[in-house]
Amino acid sequence: MSSEFITNLAYIISSILFAFGLKFLGSPVTARRGNMLSSLGMLLAVVATLCGSHLISFQWILIGIIIGGSLGALVAFKAAMTQMPQMIALLHGCGALASVFVDWTAFDVHGVPDLTGAVTLYLSIVIGGLTVTGSAIAWGKLSEKITGKPILFTGQKWFNLSLISAILILGFIFIRHAGNTLDIFAPHPSLYPLFLAILILSLLFGVLMVIPIGGADMPVVISVLNSYSGIVACTTGFVIHNTLLIVVGALVGANGVILSIIMCKAMNRSITNVLFGAFGNVVKKTGTEEKKEAKSMSVEDAFLVLENAKSVVIIPGYGLAVAQAQHAVRELSEFLEKNGCDVKYAIHPVAGRMPGHMNVLLAEANIPYDQLMEMDAINPLMDNVDVAIIIGANDVVNPASRHDKSSPIYGMPIINADKAKTVFVLKRSMATGFAGIENELFYYDNCRMIFGDAKQTVQALVAEFKHAS
Amino acid sequence: MELIYLLFILALSVFLGFALISRVPPLLHTPLMSEANAICGIIIIGALIAAGKDAGSPLTIILGTSAVALATFNVVGGYLVTERMLKMFKKKDGK
Repeated sequence: MSSEFITNLAYIISSILFAFGLKFLGSPVTARRGNMLSSLGMLLAVVATLCGSHLISFQWILIGIIIGGSLGALVAFKAAMTQMPQMIALLHGCGALASVFVDWTAFDVHGVPDLTGAVTLYLSIVIGGLTVTGSAIAWGKLSEKITGKPILFTGQKWFNLSLISAILILGFIFIRHAGNTLDIFAPHPSLYPLFLAILILSLLFGVLMVIPIGGADMPVVISVLNSYSGIVACTTGFVIHNTLLIVVGALVGANGVILSIIMCKAMNRSITNVLFGAFGNVVKKTGTEEKKEAKSMSVEDAFLVLENAKSVVIIPGYGLAVAQAQHAVRELSEFLEKNGCDVKYAIHPVAGRMPGHMNVLLAEANIPYDQLMEMDAINPLMDNVDVAIIIGANDVVNPASRHDKSSPIYGMPIINADKAKTVFVLKRSMATGFAGIENELFYYDNCRMIFGDAKQTVQALVAEFKHAS
Repeated sequence: MELIYLLFILALSVFLGFALISRVPPLLHTPLMSEANAICGIIIIGALIAAGKDAGSPLTIILGTSAVALATFNVVGGYLVTERMLKMFKKKDGK
């Protein structure tokens, strides 16, 4: 048996381990086993490549592994759970950059052996390039190093359009030229400038692609970049003729596509609208409506209501994480449960800055995951809920999305908090949410505002419970 | 023939990906994404070949070594952070 055969056999086993890893992520009970299997698959793939690919020198590999491994471990242990979205963006960018470098090396050493090679190399550096800088900008926006507001300039549309055309035209020339000068050992000298030009324009396009997208849309951007990073691994697999890269790239690409679709559905927007249309065209209502009064409530009165409640649903938004109120909320729910009350958490798909972010933040605060309910599971039960407590969420509970056709969030699926007998809204002021939309829920008869810092309010409620017991 | 065989693998893998991932509950979407990052670090096998076999000129040495470092960062960072997150998900009785 040739060593190539054995390496490929190992790659097949790796693919199976990766597939099982993802399958076991289907339930929180088996998820850790899945992660373990997947990492075993990775180890096997690396060992098989080290042993079976006739490698000549190992010193550069060793240096790379030591640097990358130690930085990876450091970041993985240091990153706070609130910082997870930017960590993920960083990883997307690094994966794509590694792919671009592998493509570049293959191009530099082997040239462009055939037409397929030319096409896949072109696709790989374009998608790779824009994923690298796109992820870098997303990382900057998520870690608030760059403003979360859309960055727009005059002529942006035309500039982007000409940039895309330039990338396409250069690609056409590159592929035609490569087809004419097939060279197995080194790239034709005239191809190098084209290669670099395409790479640089793609890097530039990545920046321009993400800067006009607002902070609230980051969950979609992260998912899209995730699928790009998979597609790049896939195209690189075609460039260097590696089946395992193609399999894994396809798995990751599918992951990104599914998550993007889920996020878009949860915001009732199309993917093109998120990526190419800035969200700000709020329909300004004329001031014909009479100004209604929101009713506020003190912590003491809220305690009395909660003390008699039999079922409570807590609806967290990103504001909860900003206020770092997760642990206080868990304490409150423990007191409520001791009091014989049923406590559930209703999680909207876009709560947080990336898919599933809120679940991780609550899990970190030791809130058991069987108390976390998805929107579709909790909505039919809302009519029987005594108190809905909204903490740091706004647009995802706005009933206007059900009936007000003029509202920009019309049609967006929401958690029906207004159906509960009483609704508490913990909020600093009457300011609007991300989308800048007035929330009519605040003026409903069953709604009470508890103004103040979310964490302090929850702690005050906990203190009331302690005092009573 | 080579190309059609690679495309065949691609098509089936895409199906497999959709089938597996659509079954992951929203509860685990963040760990799912970091897991995807980790397995995307599979580019490391391309990087190993680049750094261990193809690297000869200063340019390819820099490219290959950086690629290995970046891919290892993804693998190690991705798996460890996924593990850290998954460890936090507990059921009501504590397990």
